[in-house]
Amino acid sequence: MSSNVQPPSVLSVRGISKRFGDIQANRDISLSLNAGEVLALLGENGAGKTTLMSILFGHYVADAGSIEVNGRPLPPGSPSAAIDAGIGMVHQHFTLADNLSVLDNVVLGTERLWSPFQRRRQARDRLSALADRFGLNVDPDARVGNLSVGERQRVELLKVLYRDARILILDEPTAVLTPQEAEALFQTLTEMVSNGLSVIFISHKLNEVMAIAQRIAVLRHGAVVGEYNRADTSRTELATAMVGREVASPTRTQMDAGEPVLELKSVSLRHNNSRLLHATLKVGQHEVLGIAGVSGNGQTALADLVSGLCVPESGELVVLGRPAGGHTPAHMVAAGVGRIPEDRHTAGVVHEMTVSENLVLESYRQPEFSRFGWLRVRPILEHARTLMERYDVRGAGPDTRTSSLSGGNMQKLILARVLSRRPPLVLACQPTRGLDVGATAYVHQQILETRNQGSGILLISEDLDELLTLSDRIMVIYQGELSPAIPTEQADRARLGLLMSGQRTTGPSSGRDHAA
Amino acid sequence: MDLLEMFVSVGFWAATVRMATPLIFGTIGELICERAGVLNLGIEGIMTFGAMIAWMWVYQGGDLWMAVAVAAGCGAAWGLLHATFSVYLGLSQHVTGIGITLLASSLSYFSFRLLLPDVSTPPKIEPFEPIALPGLSEIPVLGEALFTQTALTYLALATVPLCWYVLYRTPLGLAVRMVGENPMAAASQGLDVLAIRTGAVCAGSALMSVGGAFLTISVFDAFYFEMINGRGWICIALVIFASWRPGKALFGALLFAAFDALQIRVQQASSTLIPYQFFLMLPYVLSIVALIIMSRKAAYPKALLVPFRRGER
Amino acid sequence: MRLEPRTEATFWLRAMAPILAVIVALALCGFLILWAGAPLLEAYAALARGALGSRFALSETLTRATPLIFTGLAVAVAFRAKLWNIGGEGQLYAGALAATWVGTGAIDLPAYLMIPAIFSAAALAGGLLLLLPTLLKIRLKVDEVVTTLLLNFVVLLFVNYLLFGPWKDPLSMGWPQAAPIVDSGLLPNLVDRTRLHFGLLAGLVASVAVWIVMRFTHWGFEIRAVGLNTPAAVFAGIPVNATVVRTALLSGGLAACAGVTEVCGTKGYLTLDISPGFGYTGIAVAMLAGLHPLGVVVSAVFVAAIYNGADSMSRAVGISNYLADVMTAVALLAVLVSSLLVQYRIRRG
Repeated sequence: MSSNVQPPSVLSVRGISKRFGDIQANRDISLSLNAGEVLALLGENGAGKTTLMSILFGHYVADAGSIEVNGRPLPPGSPSAAIDAGIGMVHQHFTLADNLSVLDNVVLGTERLWSPFQRRRQARDRLSALADRFGLNVDPDARVGNLSVGERQRVELLKVLYRDARILILDEPTAVLTPQEAEALFQTLTEMVSNGLSVIFISHKLNEVMAIAQRIAVLRHGAVVGEYNRADTSRTELATAMVGREVASPTRTQMDAGEPVLELKSVSLRHNNSRLLHATLKVGQHEVLGIAGVSGNGQTALADLVSGLCVPESGELVVLGRPAGGHTPAHMVAAGVGRIPEDRHTAGVVHEMTVSENLVLESYRQPEFSRFGWLRVRPILEHARTLMERYDVRGAGPDTRTSSLSGGNMQKLILARVLSRRPPLVLACQPTRGLDVGATAYVHQQILETRNQGSGILLISEDLDELLTLSDRIMVIYQGELSPAIPTEQADRARLGLLMSGQRTTGPSSGRDHAA
Repeated sequence: MDLLEMFVSVGFWAATVRMATPLIFGTIGELICERAGVLNLGIEGIMTFGAMIAWMWVYQGGDLWMAVAVAAGCGAAWGLLHATFSVYLGLSQHVTGIGITLLASSLSYFSFRLLLPDVSTPPKIEPFEPIALPGLSEIPVLGEALFTQTALTYLALATVPLCWYVLYRTPLGLAVRMVGENPMAAASQGLDVLAIRTGAVCAGSALMSVGGAFLTISVFDAFYFEMINGRGWICIALVIFASWRPGKALFGALLFAAFDALQIRVQQASSTLIPYQFFLMLPYVLSIVALIIMSRKAAYPKALLVPFRRGER
Repeated sequence: MRLEPRTEATFWLRAMAPILAVIVALALCGFLILWAGAPLLEAYAALARGALGSRFALSETLTRATPLIFTGLAVAVAFRAKLWNIGGEGQLYAGALAATWVGTGAIDLPAYLMIPAIFSAAALAGGLLLLLPTLLKIRLKVDEVVTTLLLNFVVLLFVNYLLFGPWKDPLSMGWPQAAPIVDSGLLPNLVDRTRLHFGLLAGLVASVAVWIVMRFTHWGFEIRAVGLNTPAAVFAGIPVNATVVRTALLSGGLAACAGVTEVCGTKGYLTLDISPGFGYTGIAVAMLAGLHPLGVVVSAVFVAAIYNGADSMSRAVGISNYLADVMTAVALLAVLVSSLLVQYRIRRG
């Protein structure tokens, strides 16, 4: 050791434990954060990172342990105490009110609740000064609902800076950014650190962590399994620590794509603030076509179109060689399209219904499960038992409420429901969001097997690694327009990143003229 | 012919302002609850209870203004009960509200019967007297219509700009609006979402109760059953009609009251042609029409009907 | 304090919720009885006697339970689909109007055809009445709570107009009532020297039928899915709008049958006050039953017992029989809380 001077520790976490029901989310965690450093909290989904930070910020109270900020104990369970101690948090899901202005969102809670007036002019000036200093420019009177994702994140950062936060917690901040926007964020963070702030950066992405952090703490199954200095460690070491074992990446063998099972011919539509513009693509019966892009660029419109939830305003949708007969989910199910929804809780399962009921949610009218309007209870139960075993759905019986399943098992239920009918076309939308590595590997394996057995898969994902692993070809969607398809072998992160932020590698009209 | 005369008659406009008073209290009260994210279906029962308790207080020898305060206090208590169920326990706001309406109404009738055993003619009290505002009430037409009302009507009219100011110009109002749009955002800024929602429901319920009290201690001077007669439900429709804005709520209440006043006069004029029951239907039918017009583009507070559970994502 | 969902909810645990609610309601209303200055135990005893204490009392309770079974079923079915039908009162009167129109001499049929005809006409009237707010909800996103409520007032005023006007029975000596139902339309008596009539059997059949539909048919599956998670039902291809419309027709039709039981069974002719709020009480009945169709019968009898007992208690110790309304409302709120305890475990944190 060259120096015996310890940098002052601004934040010290000791022995934090937290249990939710049967799950031990945090297990005796101890960490410290030094002044002027970026500490990364690395771990897969479900490792306990967000829980720990929520405890730090006062959303939860820990079962055991203590937190000290600048040597003074932090009262638990109170976000206002955390804010007073100088902690600011940018949550994973934005905490902004769409119907109010940027200024309203920033100023909320900063003045005494019972004060008879607001100091709007001073607030506005202070906000502008902060925005200039850190390069976070936003119009204070803009309605938040009208801002882009990147701009909204700037508002979130301004919120914490406005409250004079000295310790910044960022929870998966780059989940909604292009690689280039993430770069810009890192520059902002560097600026903040040089201004004396300390940052805790939560992520499950190795590259980012290696780029921005000085120290890295790895969480696994709720416990800290290692603390590393960035300079002394490597990606492999971190990855192994994160996962705890070698995880075999599923391998994809080259296959001939075959006949198209899905074709979009210059489809344009607008649905729920998401739109498609002259989208043209083809998915063959033995291929996975990946759609990359930052969320909010038309993926929802594309997914809703193939799910049957919206109608093309122009252009044509061809499923299995026939123009789509109608545009309702029932039509798509009947046409043989298997759909894995983006949000399993909202659109995938009915929590209070049993597992067996959820497994026949799309097919209860089929003759094997019903007769003259009556449900055939025994076949439905048998069906459930078979599927639960084949698709490894654990944590409940066929007659148990689906709400008792974990996220991973719920996704397996959906996979079972969709894939067991051997659909010639599968729409998979963010299929591994929120799942741990084990469940993610299982889903990937199922997708590749389905493709090998002769189904075409349209894979929409925000996870570039997932797309690069599973897809045969990749297209990038940006503001509703699709780039030409790139065979995966020729795709790399830099090139995809450029496309995701709207820069085309060839001429301006290339997006539309190339056949997919 | 008659219709035109009626429109310029002072009596018509005075009646309009008077009949708008309970609607103003009820609509502003419900507006505050819904802005905070809570649908308060207890309004009909709370107004009934306010009407009963205020009257009973005066009948038992109490002061008129004290009766108003008592009604407000009881209203706030009902609001607290509602909030305990819907905000703290996160139970269905629909069923909680209906339960409170049933309970508050039945408790009103039970208490009334208990404290006042059956008498053939319902007893009367001395209600609020109209107050002529000096100077202003001399203005022709407007003076008598607007500035010779009872104290509670002036209070109702004053509530509108007050509500506007608090909601849009104070930190408390911003906090209330925020918990109705995105409670997680408010929690992350250190605010106590449950407490703010509860406070809003209590304040709104207090106003509703005063609206009910107006009917017994200012307009009529007796309490009788089914007195509120659906005005509470009309207020809920008016809140949507007003897009949750205090100014528009005042406009809606006056518009409604005008139709009501109109309906009474037309009824008197043409009782042989159209049976009076159809005129009485007008307010309810109009409320439905108002809802149809406004609902399509209604900008509901985003977190309306969504319970907030701490720390839950 | 945090709530954690229970994974398993056994039948007995779920049955605990209304039982707990009833105990709380009885206890809290004890305070009201004391406030009224009446002897507590005597009051409860009078309540019990009036509800179930004699053959006649029991028959009265069951007679009163009959319309509550129908309005309770109406609410249970609608609430399951998250269709907030508060218009049971109006639908009941719509059914009563239809029954009067068909049953006072417009057509002439033998009883075994007349009675089904009356029920069908009533169900149609009630279903169509609820259809209007439902279509407004589906097409224009108009909240159905307020529209169904407001329609109650409209329907009652219409009945008022008819009974004081064109339908006024000239033989009724000035009272606002309609002509009596023809003999073939009257619901036959079940037990001599009581008012108990065939409507009770109809209610029991309806309850079993609704249960079978909800549990074992497509329709019931769709109603449950739509009510529990509408976006998931949409995504799965379940015809949501058609389901909600069918639910409305069923719910309105059931509530209207309550009108039939009162006009053709209990009273024999239509008056303004054939329903002292059965439509609203049906909400409490349904909630106490946990929205379960078979449970509705039990809670309907229970609530009817309270009302009947309160009448008797009012005569015995002089307490206003509004106590029954208070008790029912308290039970409704109490069952909300107790069902929370059944669904969740309370944890500190």
